[in-house]
Order: sequence, then C-alpha cells, then structure tokens
Amino acid sequence: MGFYFAQLLTGLANASSLFLIASGLSIIFGVTRIVNFAHGSFYMVGAYLTYTLVTMWSGSVLGFWGGVILAAAAVGLLGLVIELTILRRIYKAPELFQLVATFGVVLIVQDVTLAIWGAEDLLGPRAPGLDRAVRIMGEPIPEYDLALIAIGPAVLLAIWLLFHRTRWGVLVRAATQDREMVGALGVNQAWLFSAAFVLGAFLAGLGGALQIPREAVSLQMDLSIIGEAFVVVVIGGMGSVSGAFVAAVLISVLNAFAILVFPQISIVLPFVVMAVVLIVRPYGLFGKPGSEHGAPEEPDQPLTLMSQRSAMVLATAVALLALSPAVAADFTMILLVDVMVATLFAVSLHFMMGIGGMVSFGHAAYFGVGAYGAAMAVKFFDFGMLPAMVFGPVCAATAAIFFGWFCVRLSGVYLAMLTLAAAQILWGVTFQWQDFTGGDDGILGVWPAKWASSDQVYFYVAFVLCIGGIWFLRRAAHSPFGYTLRGIRDSQTRAEAIGINTNLHQWMGFALAGGFAGLAGVVFAFSKGSVFPDSLGIAQSIDGLIMVLLGGIHALAGPIFGAVAFVMIEDWVTRLDYWRFIFGAIILIVVLLAPDGIAGGVRRLLRAVKGGAA
Amino acid sequence: MTLIRRTVLGALAALPLAALTPQAHAADTIVLGEVNSYTRLPAFTEPYKKGWQLAVEQINAAGGVGGKQLEVISRDDTGDPATAIRIAEELVSKEGAVLIFGTFLSNIGLAVSDFAKQKEVLFLASEPLSDAIVWSKGNKYTYRLRPSTHMQAAMLAEQAAKLDAVKWATVAPNYAYGQDAVAAFKRELSKLRPDVEFVEEQWPPVFKIDAGSTVRALEASKPDAIFNVTFGGDLAKFVREGSLRFLFEDRDVVSLLTGEPEYLQPLAGEAPKGWIVTGYPATDIATDEHKAFAEAYIEKFGEEPKTGSIVGYNSVLAIAAALEKAGSTETEALLAAMEGLTVESSPTGPFTFRAADHQSTMGAYVGKTGLVDGNPVMVDWSYADGADYLPSEEEAAGMRPAE
Repeated sequence: MGFYFAQLLTGLANASSLFLIASGLSIIFGVTRIVNFAHGSFYMVGAYLTYTLVTMWSGSVLGFWGGVILAAAAVGLLGLVIELTILRRIYKAPELFQLVATFGVVLIVQDVTLAIWGAEDLLGPRAPGLDRAVRIMGEPIPEYDLALIAIGPAVLLAIWLLFHRTRWGVLVRAATQDREMVGALGVNQAWLFSAAFVLGAFLAGLGGALQIPREAVSLQMDLSIIGEAFVVVVIGGMGSVSGAFVAAVLISVLNAFAILVFPQISIVLPFVVMAVVLIVRPYGLFGKPGSEHGAPEEPDQPLTLMSQRSAMVLATAVALLALSPAVAADFTMILLVDVMVATLFAVSLHFMMGIGGMVSFGHAAYFGVGAYGAAMAVKFFDFGMLPAMVFGPVCAATAAIFFGWFCVRLSGVYLAMLTLAAAQILWGVTFQWQDFTGGDDGILGVWPAKWASSDQVYFYVAFVLCIGGIWFLRRAAHSPFGYTLRGIRDSQTRAEAIGINTNLHQWMGFALAGGFAGLAGVVFAFSKGSVFPDSLGIAQSIDGLIMVLLGGIHALAGPIFGAVAFVMIEDWVTRLDYWRFIFGAIILIVVLLAPDGIAGGVRRLLRAVKGGAA
Repeated sequence: MTLIRRTVLGALAALPLAALTPQAHAADTIVLGEVNSYTRLPAFTEPYKKGWQLAVEQINAAGGVGGKQLEVISRDDTGDPATAIRIAEELVSKEGAVLIFGTFLSNIGLAVSDFAKQKEVLFLASEPLSDAIVWSKGNKYTYRLRPSTHMQAAMLAEQAAKLDAVKWATVAPNYAYGQDAVAAFKRELSKLRPDVEFVEEQWPPVFKIDAGSTVRALEASKPDAIFNVTFGGDLAKFVREGSLRFLFEDRDVVSLLTGEPEYLQPLAGEAPKGWIVTGYPATDIATDEHKAFAEAYIEKFGEEPKTGSIVGYNSVLAIAAALEKAGSTETEALLAAMEGLTVESSPTGPFTFRAADHQSTMGAYVGKTGLVDGNPVMVDWSYADGADYLPSEEEAAGMRPAE
C-alpha cells in the first residue's frame, strides 16, 4: 500500500513540473493562437539562468527561491523582447505561420546557450532545506517532491485568481474565446498579446527553474520537453489551464504506474493517451468547440492556372534540372536528389494543409512508412528496386487511410496533434520492434538496382518520380477533386449543404497526400541505402512543416520554394560554426520580410518591379 | 517581369552547379574526411575533435606521413544519418578524402558503414559502440576503434562475478545501445556465475527518464545489485533520485561508461562512491606515452583530456599508421594495411585491428568511482586490454555476414 502511495506522489511531483510548462503554452496559444515551439527554449533558458544564480548565491534558502523567481522573470522579459521584435509583426500572417518564427528562435537559443554555458551538463545544487527524503508510510519521499506537489496547484490557483479576479484576466479569457470581438470592443490587443506571451514565458522559465534540484541542466532540455508539453495542452483542451493540470496529472501518474508493469511504455505513453482522448473527445478534456484554430483560413485569392509565360519559365527550370547531370559533379546529384525528395515531401504536405485544410504535425509518418515499406520489401521479400518502389507508397497510403479515418473527424490543431500522435506511435513501434524493423539500428543495404546504381542514373529515377509526383499533385489541386477539397477548407458547412461528403473527401485527400509522402520516402531510402526511425520522427515532420509555411501556404509554388531554400541553406550553413544561429537568423529575416511566405514575397517583389517598370 | 523571374530561377538552378564543383587539393597533402554530431552532442564530440586536432598537428609537425601533410575536413552530421551520408559522399567525391572517420551515434555509424561498403571507401568508426558495426552488420570497408558495448559489458561482468550479489536489476536507456549492453552483461555474467538471476529491468526513454518512478520500480524488486547503462542527463537524474531514496544503500552498482569524465564530472560532489565502472582516469595514467599526450593536450586546450579526446587522438594515430603501412592512399592498399594493423605506441598502450572482425583491441579502464577533494574520479582502476574481452577471431568471423 505504502509503495503504491509513494509511486502516486512521485507521479504527482512530475505532474507539477509538466503542468508549469504546459500552462504557459496553453495561455499563449489561447490568446495569441501561436503554436510556440520556442516554449521548450524558454524552459531551458530558465533552468540555465537559475543554475547560474543559485550557484552564485549558494546555500541560502532566500538565494535559491530568489534565483528561481528572478530567472523566471528574466525569461518573461526574453519572451517580451521576442514578442515585440518578431511576433508582433507577423500576427496578420496566415495562421500557424508564427510557428516558423518560433522555430527560428529555437535554433538561435540553442547556439546562444551553448556559447554562454558550454556543452557539458551542469548539475545545480539541491534546494536548501528540502534536500532530503522523509518517510511516509515507511517509504522515502524527497521533500522537494512534496514541495513540487504543493507548487503545482498553487500556481494553478494563482492563474485562476488572475483570470477571474482581475480585469486583465477577464480580457484574456475573452480573447481566448473570441479575439476579434475583444478587439472590436476597443481593447488594445497588442498589449494583451504581449502580456499573455510574457506570462507564458514566465511560467515556462519557472518550470525550468524548478527542475534545478531534480536534474542536470543540459542542451537537450528544450526538445525533450516540448513534445510532451504540447500533448498535455491538447489533452486538456487548447487554452484551458485547468485542463492542462488534469492532463499533466493523468499522464504523469499513468506513467509512474505503467512502468511497473511494462517498462518500455514510456516512449509512446503520452501519445497513446492523447490519441485515445482525442478520438473520444475531439476538443480535449476541457476544450470547447471552436478552440481548434490553426487550420489554414481562406486565402485572399483562389489558385489560378499558370499563365503561358510562367509555364514556359517553369518548363525551362525543369529542363535545366534535367540537364544538370551533364555539367555537375556526382555529389551535386546527391544534393539535388535530396532537394527533390524534400520538395515532393513538402508538396504532399502542402496538398494536405494548403488544399485540404488539414494541418499535419506528423506527416513524416507516411514518408517513413514508404521508406520502411520499400526497405522491408527488399530485405524480407527480395523485391527488386522497382517493385519495392511501388510497394512503399502503397504501404504509406494504407497507413494514411487507416490513421486518416480518425484524423479527418477532427479539425485545426487537434487534427494536427492526432497526426502527431499517429506518427509517434508508428515511430515507437519502429524503434522498439527490433526483430522486425531493426529498431534504431535501422535497415541497411537498401541500394538501387545495379543499372541505377550510378549517381547520374539514380538522379533520373528520382527526377521522374519526384517531378512526376509534384506534377500529379498539382494536377490534382486543379481537378474537380481539388476544387472540392478547397471548398471544404473554405467552408465546411456550405460544402456539406450542397451535398458533399466532406469527411470522405478529406479522407481521400489525406490518403493521397500520404501516398505521395511515401513516394518521397521510397526515393529517399534508395538514395541513402539505409532507413532509420528518424525518417518518421518529429524532426522530419517539423522540417516539412517549416518548408511549407516558409514557402507560403497559399500558393502551389510555396512548398517548392520552401523546400529548395530549406535544404540548400541547411546544406550550406552546416559547414559553419554556430550554424544553427545563422540558420535561425536567416529564417527570422525571411519571416519578417515575407509574412506571406517566400512565394508571397516573390509575388510582391515581381509586382513591385512590374509596377516600377510600367 | 519574366526576365527577373528567369534570372532568379536560373540563378537558383545554377547555384548548386557553380558552388559545388570538385576542388583540387595540393599534391602534398592527404585529405581525411571526418563526420560527427558536433551540434547534437557537443559535450562528447568537442573533446573528440580536440583529440584528433592534436594528433594531426603533432604528426604534421613531425613531417607528416610519407612526406605528406594530413588535412582533416570535418563536418557536422546534425545528428541525422541521412545527412551524414550526404556529407560522406561530398567528402569523398568533392574534397577528395581518401577515407572517412568519426561518428558517435550508433545509427549514424551504421549508416556510414553501409555507405562505405556501397561506395568502396575505408571507414574508421571512431566512437560508436554498437556491436553490429563489426559483427552482425560488419563489412569489408569498416573498422572500429573504441572498445564496443560487448567488450565494456564483459569487463564489468568479470568484476560483477566477484561480488556476492545474486539478484540483479538492470536499468538502461530504451534503444539499441541499452538493449545490447544489458544483453551482453546478462550473457557474460551468467557464464561466469550461473547462479545469478535478473529480477527487474527498467527501460526509460533515452534523455527522458522519469527517474523517481524508475528508482522506485527498481527498489520494489529488492535486488542485491544494479547494472546501470543510463548516461548523461539521465544518469544525473537517476543518481540524484536514487540517492535521495536510498536505492544505492548497501547495494553494489555496476555501471557502464560512468567512469568517463564526460559523464562523471557533471555529477560533481554528488558522484556516487564505490560504483564499479568502465571509464578513463585521464591524468592519473602514468605511462610515458600518456603523460606526453596529456601534457600536450593541456598545453594546447587548457583542459584535461576526456574519453573523446583519447578516441580522437588514437583514431588519427591509427589512420597515420595505416597510411604509412599501405604506402598509398588507394582504398585496396589501405584495406590491406588495416587488416591486423598494430599501433605500437599510443597513450593507452598498443592496440591491433583484428583481421577477422575489424575490431581494435584498444581497451578501457575498469575501476571504482570515488571523490578526491570533492571531485569525482576513478580509483583502484586498472587497464583492461580489449583483446581479453573479445570472442576468438574464428567465433567473431562467424558472426559477420558472408562477404
């Protein structure tokens, strides 16, 4: 009995940590609609600052708690700076675009932290006065865990009071429900957004600061927490702080007990819980319908067919690409294959997001299933390269049909998070099932057939498949099916009213996008010769998302611009020291110059040039 | 308008062609390609980089290899196997690297080794520990320097067998490295001590350990001893939560790699005492070769060498020896030279690349953790020669796929 009670307390202490970071994320999303990837960075910076302050004032109780509060406040200030200098300028951009900016911030913060605090993990002191364990029912419980168990609900209460007993809090809640209306009533939205962002950053910093007595401060902290924090926010319901608390308790306590029975479960547990919750309750536990925001809204102007001139330019560009093996060196072919794979992947994701209106945070699942499908066909069934190249996309489309059935019943950020859950579950299976998938040692020896093994020939194989795939998706966007999807994206109710089966169409759009992501995965697998679980990991999904958003979600050319720019710039900057800083800075500059994405920026530039010439 | 668009697109299309044409290197240098996870895991790869930098500097100062200077072109793989392969390709075909060395993460090591096989270029896997690199997925073109998971686990099993402990629990990060280490330790310990039983295993996700719950789950099984494979941030959390909850009281703990400065030093004053570990006691090693190495290293970088430093340093020593022996930079000659290549003098003593399985016999230091003046160090350590912890060459050759 005592043992299980102690396990419960351990789970509750973890829940408090998780709640602090998730609550800030939830508040920021609720008010500003920003999916803040940089939240993990705030958490990490909070921990590093606290480490410095607490080791400076070591030993005293006041020094410790003073350091914690001061560090959290400093992180709040950092949040303010980021909000004022970057985010404020791009609120008018398409929904979700801001996450590109926060991604840039993540990269910059990683390198700045490395430069300031160094690479080695730093172990801070324990909390003075709370550095031992007490016996409860005979079981040792760390005093600091008990403190955390108290701090979590205390912060929840403080936020509740702030939201219900102050005018500012009332406005925040109002903005969470309907920010246009709040703006129409004459409230200065700009400051409301800043304040919400600062509060969110403060809470993330506090969450990081309070980890000092529990763990070593490391450069992995940002990315290791962010996924789980999102999961907690979504399970609780976007924008609901008490929901986040319940979700944090649910996940942490479940984990504490689950590892007693099934020690391997931790890898996927949060995502399984999230998938189950979302299938049963499409808006999370405490979310309200309408809290799903994040789906691409109606564009300013519908897609148009290309003019004859642009078609010629495009044809020239494709022809140039086709001729490049004649002049370029072998390794350039490899890079160009990477570019084409990334482009097809981004275009397939754009088909789902930009055309279908379904945001995906887990599109890599289908890329990876395609790659693994082909690799396993080669390994287990001795398929040749071409049959395997057919088999992979079929696997991917099948997986997309399966997961898509669940996903299309949701919308906005909830849909996106369910795709993430699907991807993470697939990733967990691939990672874990060593006998079948090779685990994280991957599958090796998936090289092209003899006739295609030279870099030039494989370039053409990739060229045909990728350019063909991009062409097909472009055709699909302009086909009646594409029109229907766009109609559903712009107004689901009206589409339903004229008798369109919206779920079915979105489902098929999902499957199509998945199948073509699988095609990209297949080309990828044979070009690298091996596949690893990374190919269906979060990083791969995020890369695709950044390519689509950075390129411009409202133009068919967007993902192409985005993917080419992303891969080329990354290939170039990784040669430099502190390349993440440079890469992040480039992303921020692009974001600020072209809030409508690269495609939008190019279009405006052309218009300006044309106007100037006329 | 079209003019500009065409120029922009043309420039975009031409960019890779213009920027990336092959570069000629001076005839009196030998170019070595190097890939590692410099941004993903700087704590482990930075000391490694300093290690090979020092070796290259020393070799070049002494006149290079066969009168030619060594030049290392080093790139960051961003922690992604696919990127690592692209970079390896570029190093070989653009930079003219005669071989590739480096990598830390096992999956990247495996990806590059498969690339080496496909493109027929020598790859020296410096740091990855995975047994698969030389055994189940070994190939003609890949050699590995660092003592593998199996070797280090076997070194610890030998010490563990001397303990009275019968009931063992294990805790390891949930991926190939952790799984291999636990499997190897169980196998080797059971061989030496058929009476031991393994009563509990915990598999926290790597870098995401829920330390409190894990510690309690281990405690619940009341083991006599614990075998630990967690490292880095997970280890710090595990040690802290474990000592708070008295998990380590009156229990033996055997822990893989924990004696390496990379993992031991961040624990500072809270480092556990008396754990049996593999590692690297850095400046305590008193051989002449090591003293010379450590002095030069401290002189150049102003800090003590770490495990990565010695691995990086020995990598370049091995490569220089292979180049010397081959007398050529052709892959076939290099492969012939690597087979059975012995590096007579290194800071850790002589080591040989076994012809049968391409694993070097570089060993590791086995000892106990302790605190000296409040700083964590290894005490009572001794050097375990890698050759003593490898299966026989025939047995090892049998584990490799047929060529």
